[in-house]
Amino acid sequence: MLHREASLKPSPPAARLTKCPTGIQGLDEITGGGLPRGRSTLVCGGPGCGKTLLAAEFLVRGAVRFGEPGVFMSFEETETELKGNVALLGFDLPGLIRQRKLLLDHVYIERREIQETGEYDLEGLFVRLNHAIDSIHAKRVVLDTLEALFAGLPNDAILRAELRRLFRWLKDKGVTAIITGERGREHLTRHGLEEYVSDCVVVLDHRIHEQIATRHLRVVKYRGSQHGTNEYPFLIGEDGISVLPITSLGLDHAASSERISTGITRLDAMLGGKGFFRGSSILLTGTPGTGKTSAAAYFAQAAARRGERALFFAFEESPRQIMRNMRSIGLRLEPWVKRDLLHFHSARPTLYGLEMHLATMYKEIETFNPAVVVLDPMTSLLVAGSESETKSMVTRLIDYLKSKEISSLFTSLTHAGNPLQQSEITISSLMDSWLLLQDIEGNGERNRVLYVLKARGMAHSNQSREFLISHRGIDLVDAYIGPGGVLTGAARAAQTAKDKARLLAGRQEAARSARELERKRDALERRIAVMRSEYEAEKEEFRRSHEQVATRTRVVTADRTQLASLRHADVEKSAGKRSNPTAGKRKR
Amino acid sequence: MTPRKAKARKSGFNAQPLNVWRLRLYVAGQTPRSLTAFANLKRICETHLKGRYRIEVIDLVEQPQLSKGDQILAIPTLVRKLPQPMRKIIGDLSDTESVLVGLDLSPPPPPQLDHG
Repeated sequence: MLHREASLKPSPPAARLTKCPTGIQGLDEITGGGLPRGRSTLVCGGPGCGKTLLAAEFLVRGAVRFGEPGVFMSFEETETELKGNVALLGFDLPGLIRQRKLLLDHVYIERREIQETGEYDLEGLFVRLNHAIDSIHAKRVVLDTLEALFAGLPNDAILRAELRRLFRWLKDKGVTAIITGERGREHLTRHGLEEYVSDCVVVLDHRIHEQIATRHLRVVKYRGSQHGTNEYPFLIGEDGISVLPITSLGLDHAASSERISTGITRLDAMLGGKGFFRGSSILLTGTPGTGKTSAAAYFAQAAARRGERALFFAFEESPRQIMRNMRSIGLRLEPWVKRDLLHFHSARPTLYGLEMHLATMYKEIETFNPAVVVLDPMTSLLVAGSESETKSMVTRLIDYLKSKEISSLFTSLTHAGNPLQQSEITISSLMDSWLLLQDIEGNGERNRVLYVLKARGMAHSNQSREFLISHRGIDLVDAYIGPGGVLTGAARAAQTAKDKARLLAGRQEAARSARELERKRDALERRIAVMRSEYEAEKEEFRRSHEQVATRTRVVTADRTQLASLRHADVEKSAGKRSNPTAGKRKR
Repeated sequence: MTPRKAKARKSGFNAQPLNVWRLRLYVAGQTPRSLTAFANLKRICETHLKGRYRIEVIDLVEQPQLSKGDQILAIPTLVRKLPQPMRKIIGDLSDTESVLVGLDLSPPPPPQLDHG
């Protein structure tokens, strides 16, 4: 195989396989453009898996969309039956037949009527097919359950030789053909048709797993071309087949750095003030009754408010029920539904298999073209499939949403007592952000707490917030985090009150001591004033006594002078000397 | 291969018109197998249905649209249009026994053989 591929590459482009688009949703993506042009493709599968329909759609799309007329040679159903069957899918065969874009030919063969007498070949079939192809210049041919020939014709050896010749002939004719075959027990087809059709083999399958049936399509072989090898679920809807194109062969989706609001201001604040990245996937887990749906509804409503479209997949509640419930928390969703910005899609998870769910979601998304998708709750899907299947389905859904830059919010129910990390581990790794809603029980009440467990590529708060739901809506409140742990609800309120009281007491205490100090200072100042006045009094006393002394001295001196003059003693000098020292000095 | 010639050979057609066997042989071109089939058919008819048969040869290469009417796939195919019910015999008719069974002519009545 490797060798073949290596030798294929350098070959001139002329040798390259051209492809014939089927026009069937998804199939062209898996096959990288369609079926091999000018060659035959074998489509095999069990009864009721959609072979005939796929083949018919191939022709109808070819005739309508690609201008390639087609011949449908049926070995089982009559023209009338066929017209009726595909009319249900909106294909107007009679119209196409009138326009000579399509030709139906029912080949009827009944073994009872046939007696074999010697050698023969199937030239009649060739002539008939050739005539049909030429009459409308067909480019596409369908041989629906060619294996009916094995039932109708007795000689296997001749039949096999003729089939080989038929496929070669078809190739020479240059038509792109689909040959359908009934699935066999050991081989892909009951009569080993895959032996002859070697260019492309597609297997259809209709499996039932736990009472839920899902159709699958797989390209088993595609010579000379790359193709998706997985089993792809497909769906037969009102407008034909759609194969789920969730090929997601690579992780190469664009990553927007635009942020979108969650609809809850405080939650935005916890996420760096801006909310989630556009196109990111958000997981919201929580135990029952923690407000997952409410938060999801906020998210959807925020999108609608921005004028974007939001698609809400509900697996547990009907749209009306959700709207009624949201009204009770002050969230009115009806106007957005009326304005076609919000669309609900409700389905019971057990209604059909996972793949069908995925297919339905895919179709809804394709038609509604939303910017935001909510899945509530994702865990319900586990009912429809196993955990690994659900994971693969969600992976494909996320990939698909990301490739379209659709932001998605998945709610997930966790059961009380079940360690969160354990039950979510398979899914959480796919998610860009993970919000956790939790019940905290205590003091005879339950309170909701929200954490941001992870938020890829953005700063986010590591705090838990109390998640309050009231008739005014959702609010996030700082939970009390203290030495006593995280407190919420009444306990938080009580603790806050206690704190307030303590604070008040402290404040009063401080004020009291301030007043005390003031008083002390006043007392001190008063004392200082007293002491100062005492001092002043003493000072006054001292001055006064000093003056008395001076006065007395003056008086004594004067008396003495008077006395001396009275005595006429030689006191003038001395008197002068005493009373006027300068005069005395001068005299000396 | 000449259909006209085959039609011309209708001895006894007027004698017993109700019992006439209408046989139609489908071929695709004048292949050796077609010629063998025609020769075999004529021989058998001459032996068992002398004067009571009419063979129509249809060449699908010339008239491909006719293959649909009798649901012809195998070549050569002999169709017994009359008497009813319709029967189909495929192959070059070399196995006479089978042809007789297929045409519901078996067992061949020995007295007729003697007369013929």
